[in-house]
Amino acid sequence: MSEAASQAAAQAAVRVEPAPTLDNALAVGPVGRLDPRAKLVVVFAYSLLMALAYSPLMAALGVLLGLGLVAWARLGWKVFLSRLVAVNLFTAFLWLFLPWQLSLGQGAWDLSLAYNPDGLSLALLVTLKANAIFLALLALLGSSPVNDIFHALAHLKVPSKLVTMFLLFYRYLHVMRQEYQRLRQAMQVRGFQPGSNLHTYKTYAQLTGILLVRSLDRSERVYQAMLCRGFGGTFWLLDHFSWRRADTGFCLVSGLVLLVLALLQWSGISWN
Amino acid sequence: MELIRLEGVSFAYSGRPPVFQGMDFALSEGQRLGILGPNGAGKSTLFQICLGLLHPQQGRIYAKGGLCQGEKDFRALRRELGYLFQDPDDQLFCLTVAEDVAFGPLNLGKGRQEVQRLVEGTLNSLGLGDYGHRLTYQLSGGEKRLISLATVLAMQPKALLLDEPSTGLDSERAAVMERVLDESNLSWAMVSHDLGLLERTCHNIVRLEGGLLKDLP
Repeated sequence: MSEAASQAAAQAAVRVEPAPTLDNALAVGPVGRLDPRAKLVVVFAYSLLMALAYSPLMAALGVLLGLGLVAWARLGWKVFLSRLVAVNLFTAFLWLFLPWQLSLGQGAWDLSLAYNPDGLSLALLVTLKANAIFLALLALLGSSPVNDIFHALAHLKVPSKLVTMFLLFYRYLHVMRQEYQRLRQAMQVRGFQPGSNLHTYKTYAQLTGILLVRSLDRSERVYQAMLCRGFGGTFWLLDHFSWRRADTGFCLVSGLVLLVLALLQWSGISWN
Repeated sequence: MELIRLEGVSFAYSGRPPVFQGMDFALSEGQRLGILGPNGAGKSTLFQICLGLLHPQQGRIYAKGGLCQGEKDFRALRRELGYLFQDPDDQLFCLTVAEDVAFGPLNLGKGRQEVQRLVEGTLNSLGLGDYGHRLTYQLSGGEKRLISLATVLAMQPKALLLDEPSTGLDSERAAVMERVLDESNLSWAMVSHDLGLLERTCHNIVRLEGGLLKDLP
């Protein structure tokens, strides 16, 4: 190796920033260090239990548990609140529509809107359940890098086609976002201002169309690149998980809590 | 020894004028060929035909003297000819750098330990030793380009098909790439607009024009 060249290589190496390990994860706390496989299993069981819960008290317990997990994961208030608002924009519609009942009379236009208290309690139940699941997902899955979650899915024997699809989807989501931003900028520098008019709708339709066409082209090139490197159907993953005692403990405690919740729900104790 | 030869190849994308009509091309071991040509001259198309990614309407493709007829023949050929894509975002489809570099060697059936050594060795040779755990979508354009080269080199090919390899590289990284290529015992065909790059890295240069390869005037 010539001296100048090795210096160039050394300089190129020096400019490297330290490799961030949790760069697309939000958490720094103990939850972030848990094995993603343990977190996936627990969050799956928890979501199932919450989805099946039918009493508001049970769902409220779930929300409390979820809040505890979020606090334990130390995600930061800003992220937590912004996502909480996003989820509850959807549940707000339930509160808007569910408490009203439309009743049909004799005539074709004989409609009346009546207040329905059952709808209100249903809206409450769904809101609590949705938030309980969302909080647990945020605390447990949001605290691991996305790629680790995908790897954990593969290790948990989720079909490899599905995992490959997730991996490629996440990889190219970023490329598509960049492409979208470039197109938006190209529109902006030519004076495009979105409004409620046909021109805007047409432009957005074209933008969407171009993104679709480009994605199709790209998918062909990516497949070619995979073929060039001998792709034969296997999407390889490199192992880098290590199960620790804390993970076993986490699974045991979570299992116990879930069992107690399930017993409370289905043991016939009256909640009313 | 001749690695690849195209004979009388004609190719057209559907509904467009032909890119090649009766074109010949060959690359032998030990050869370092530069191909200069304007945009849209069919430089990338040429490489894609060589590797069986596009199929010509006419003409034959020979790998090491044997006629390539189906996907199976091209699979074998792709082990020997590494293709560096023009857009690194096409080439880097894994989430982490180490996985991407390991993808090819694992497909070739190498053992995990050997693959790990290959990945580390290849990244080190490009001055990217500590990039293994980086996420591919967070790299800069130049970094992506060098990692793309690493993914190709890790398959230990005999020759490379390089499609505009210096695009997006700053002068330092371009120097690293030129050094690594120069110190290797690889043969290659390199496509570029950059005559200076071709003159520094290639033994002879041809021009792709009007669907034919011609000697430089």
